[in-house]
Amino acid sequence: MAGSDPTDGTVAAPDTVKILIAGGFGVGKTTMVGSVSEIAPLRTEEPLTVAGLDIDDLKGIEEKRSTTVALDFGRITIADDLVLYLFGTPGQQRFWFMWNDLAIGALGAVVLVDVRRPESSFAAIDFFERRSIPFVVGVNGFHGLHPYPAEEIRESLALPADVPVLLCDARERESCRDVLIALIDRLIADVEPRPSPAR
Amino acid sequence: MSGGDEAGRLVRPFALTGGRTRPSRADFTLITTVTTVDPPPERAARPQPEHARILRLCARPVAVAELAARLDLPVSVVVIMLCDLLEAGLITARPPRPVTATGDLDLDLLQKVRDGLGRI
Ligand SMILES: Nc1nc2c(ncn2[C@@H]2O[C@H](COP(=O)(O)OP(=O)(O)O)[C@@H](O)[C@H]2O)c(=O)[nH]1
Ligand SMILES: [Mg+2]
Repeated sequence: MAGSDPTDGTVAAPDTVKILIAGGFGVGKTTMVGSVSEIAPLRTEEPLTVAGLDIDDLKGIEEKRSTTVALDFGRITIADDLVLYLFGTPGQQRFWFMWNDLAIGALGAVVLVDVRRPESSFAAIDFFERRSIPFVVGVNGFHGLHPYPAEEIRESLALPADVPVLLCDARERESCRDVLIALIDRLIADVEPRPSPAR
Repeated sequence: MSGGDEAGRLVRPFALTGGRTRPSRADFTLITTVTTVDPPPERAARPQPEHARILRLCARPVAVAELAARLDLPVSVVVIMLCDLLEAGLITARPPRPVTATGDLDLDLLQKVRDGLGRI
């Protein structure tokens, strides 16, 4: 692994990959990250002005000083030499410029949908569709309730047939794991029929 | 960089970076893994306290996002410090597995992730 590294005591670093957990505010993104992560979800806060604007624009923008975008994330060690990170995307639309950065290099995404207000995740679905980033939809049944079958939700979200829709519970580890596996299966299905990718 | 008496939370972290707000190189993504070089290069200068903290935390490989969370500093600030440490030869940076959105994914990698998820 760190074979290119000439120094002796330096610990070999694992490969890393990431998946985004997206969806509207309060749909259960952080809950899902926490359910599958091997560590309690971590959080970083980025000053909004730094993340979004040129620093030269900052001078004199006093009221923006303490505005931050929080990013929650968790970790799953897949193997000694491979670690998967899960990033909950910031929910508010005005922070979407951060999504672009986050999406770079991601395997794909889970869009969580609150079964009681699916419209709060429309924008997230749109984001990944427009960029052709593979995603699956996890329908978080609050209180463990799933009043609608997956196919009905697919229709109401106008999702194409190749986007898996799973009923899930963001609080349950196994349920969240199955959503992640559905995403990986979709990625595998995308790769397999094409021996040499067109582009 | 702040002339005011009450340096806000935006301004203060950049005191650690000598006022710089842009990294000098683009080696560090959120999931780039950082590892302290052991032993350190012989001619390395004595690191500043925040740098020394990073070197301690990265004795075992740590992803940039995780490092920022543990330091309670914005990623953008941590990355600037990491650039200094990288240039001084005190850390190594392992980039994430390359992934493209256009069906160029490595099947072995995906299978490995799937197997790993199946075990949790
Ligand atoms: N009853 C119930 N509460 C949930 C579920 N998922 C999340 N919550 C709660 O809903 C609130 C918002 O969840 P959170 O994960 O913070 O949403 P986020 O904004 O998408 O990160 C929290 O108080 C969670 O505890 C669920 O499946 N059932
Ligand atoms: Mg959250």
